[in-house]
Amino acid sequence: MNFYLLSVIKAAVVSGVLMLTLLYLQWVERKLLAHIQVRLGPYRVGPHGLLQPIADTIKLLTKEDLMPPGVNKFFFLLAPFLAISLSLISISVVPFGPEVQAGGVRTWMQLTDLNIGVIFILAISSLTVYGVVLAGWASNSKYPLLGALRSSAQMISYELPLGLAVAAPLLMSNTLSLRELVQTQEHFYWGFFPAWNLLRGPWPQVIGFIVFMIAVFAETNRVPFDLPEAESELVAGFHTEYSSMKFAGFFMAEYANMITVCSMGTILFLGGWLPPFPAGYGSKFIPAAAFAAGGLVSLYHGLYTRHLRDRWSLTAFAGIFFAIAVVFSVPLLQPYLLPLFWFCAKTGLLLFVFIWVRGTQPRFRYDQLMRFAWSFLFPVAMVNLLATGLLVALFG
Amino acid sequence: MPQAVPLSWYLILSAVLFTLGVAGFLFRRNIITMFMSIELMLNAVNLSFIAFSYHLKQVDGHVFTFFVMVVAAAEAAVGLAIILTVFKNRGTLQVDDISSMKD
Amino acid sequence: MDAIVFLIFAGVAVVCAINVVVRVHPISSALSLIGVMGSLAVIYLLLGAQFIAAAQVFVYAGAIMVLFIFVIMLLNTGAEERSRGAWMARLAGTPLLMALLGILSFVIFWAFPRRIGVHFGAFTGGTVENIGRAIFTTYLLPFEITSILVLIAIVGAVTLGYKELD
Repeated sequence: MNFYLLSVIKAAVVSGVLMLTLLYLQWVERKLLAHIQVRLGPYRVGPHGLLQPIADTIKLLTKEDLMPPGVNKFFFLLAPFLAISLSLISISVVPFGPEVQAGGVRTWMQLTDLNIGVIFILAISSLTVYGVVLAGWASNSKYPLLGALRSSAQMISYELPLGLAVAAPLLMSNTLSLRELVQTQEHFYWGFFPAWNLLRGPWPQVIGFIVFMIAVFAETNRVPFDLPEAESELVAGFHTEYSSMKFAGFFMAEYANMITVCSMGTILFLGGWLPPFPAGYGSKFIPAAAFAAGGLVSLYHGLYTRHLRDRWSLTAFAGIFFAIAVVFSVPLLQPYLLPLFWFCAKTGLLLFVFIWVRGTQPRFRYDQLMRFAWSFLFPVAMVNLLATGLLVALFG
Repeated sequence: MPQAVPLSWYLILSAVLFTLGVAGFLFRRNIITMFMSIELMLNAVNLSFIAFSYHLKQVDGHVFTFFVMVVAAAEAAVGLAIILTVFKNRGTLQVDDISSMKD
Repeated sequence: MDAIVFLIFAGVAVVCAINVVVRVHPISSALSLIGVMGSLAVIYLLLGAQFIAAAQVFVYAGAIMVLFIFVIMLLNTGAEERSRGAWMARLAGTPLLMALLGILSFVIFWAFPRRIGVHFGAFTGGTVENIGRAIFTTYLLPFEITSILVLIAIVGAVTLGYKELD
């Protein structure tokens, strides 16, 4: 098939799935937060609130589009546009799976592979500061300006530990291309133990992974580092004066940033699309088994629940889970679906950690946050990098 | 074979950017804008380095560019700290008003 | 195809550079300078300098210009006013600058005739490995001195901005 046509098809599929995921990530977050706080979350709009994101989108589209007086119009309009477009670009170099072949067309499950892929993602994420800064400055009001200054200072302070934490697995894998990073983690120790960068010698990147996760919490302005946009602190921080679709732009940009950094964490530390143990030990049956187990749990709750409306909705979900389990068992589709499942499962696990931390942690005060970055996280990341370098030079 | 862009075009672009940087440095009176014109000149020189590195098929031009970037970063940090101090003491950013030497 | 990409991004670079020099508000100049750096990064890619293009976006546009924009927002002085001796400086300086540009162009066209061209993909030596090898073997001394220079810059900036806690 023509290279351009193939690229267009891949780009359309990836961006469509990404948009859908952005929409439903919001639903997942609200449901998870609700269950952590022992309440129900979105429940009425559609079965178990599944149509809630669509209702929210319609609401945001039909709201009044305010532009406060005295704002700098060009930058006011540019800021959410910058934020959302930069957040969506990074997904173009993320590999979702290995090389697959379908009907005579061989292609990688990745839009493009740059041999400077990691620096590309770091560069794009360092440009997202501009969305925040311009939004705060162009709003011509004190709370957004303060929120923007604090938020951008926080983002550039945490870029340093992020860069150092990212550099350590690069030393171990000896490449900057995201595809090759996953390929260097492809072997298994003693036949069954995965050689992910988190777990493999000479220096397992446990400290690096923890530093990376903390740094990306600060990069994406999530709890516990969300002081610049917390509601009780600065009204709404840098996006106070934004309404309707421009606010939706910032909202989507935050979730897109979350997905990007979780994908990067998966590829750098958790082995990308690789299964935790080889196919010889039965890792091909795990997705089908997981979905079947989910179906059974959903069926049990559906049959023995008190609320009448849950009886049919949970049973319908059980049916859907069993259907997906059957799809995963088809050997013809397994080379495409299995790597995708492992990638999405690992990224989903990291996103779950994001949402879990939001539900359980209080937020840092601003000076505690900056002191934590410069006095603790940066030296720890540097020590990790030095240890990695020394051990790779000695035993690599 | 696709038509090649002549190397002289890249160097002309570098010369134009450099001249614009000099113009900004000489004609503007706001100290931050003068500083940004210096950065524009440094970028123009970086482009020259990369173009010549391509022409000679060596990587040394890239190394020089890397060092120029690092030096520009260090200079920006110290320069902006000085500008902040000057603003605190003189209250203005116009170069003509900062100078306290006799006419 | 190369020519079209080069002309588009060279045009963007020149327009943004003119914007840097012409605009009265420092924030507009700063954002135009970011535009120049972005288009220069694409032009570096055309010349086969992959790492330098990424470093340009990462270091220059993502860190140095953020510092500039911070300072401009902190000082918040607004648009620059017309200064007194400006028109005379422009009157005397413009022909000299035209002469400078003319001399540079003449030398460039004389030294590099049209047949010396840039083909996209002809230089594959701009990889991270090659630059790393050059930095850590041939240019080790400048590298170490540059790191000390950055340390001096950090100490200097902190000293200048230091506020005693009363």
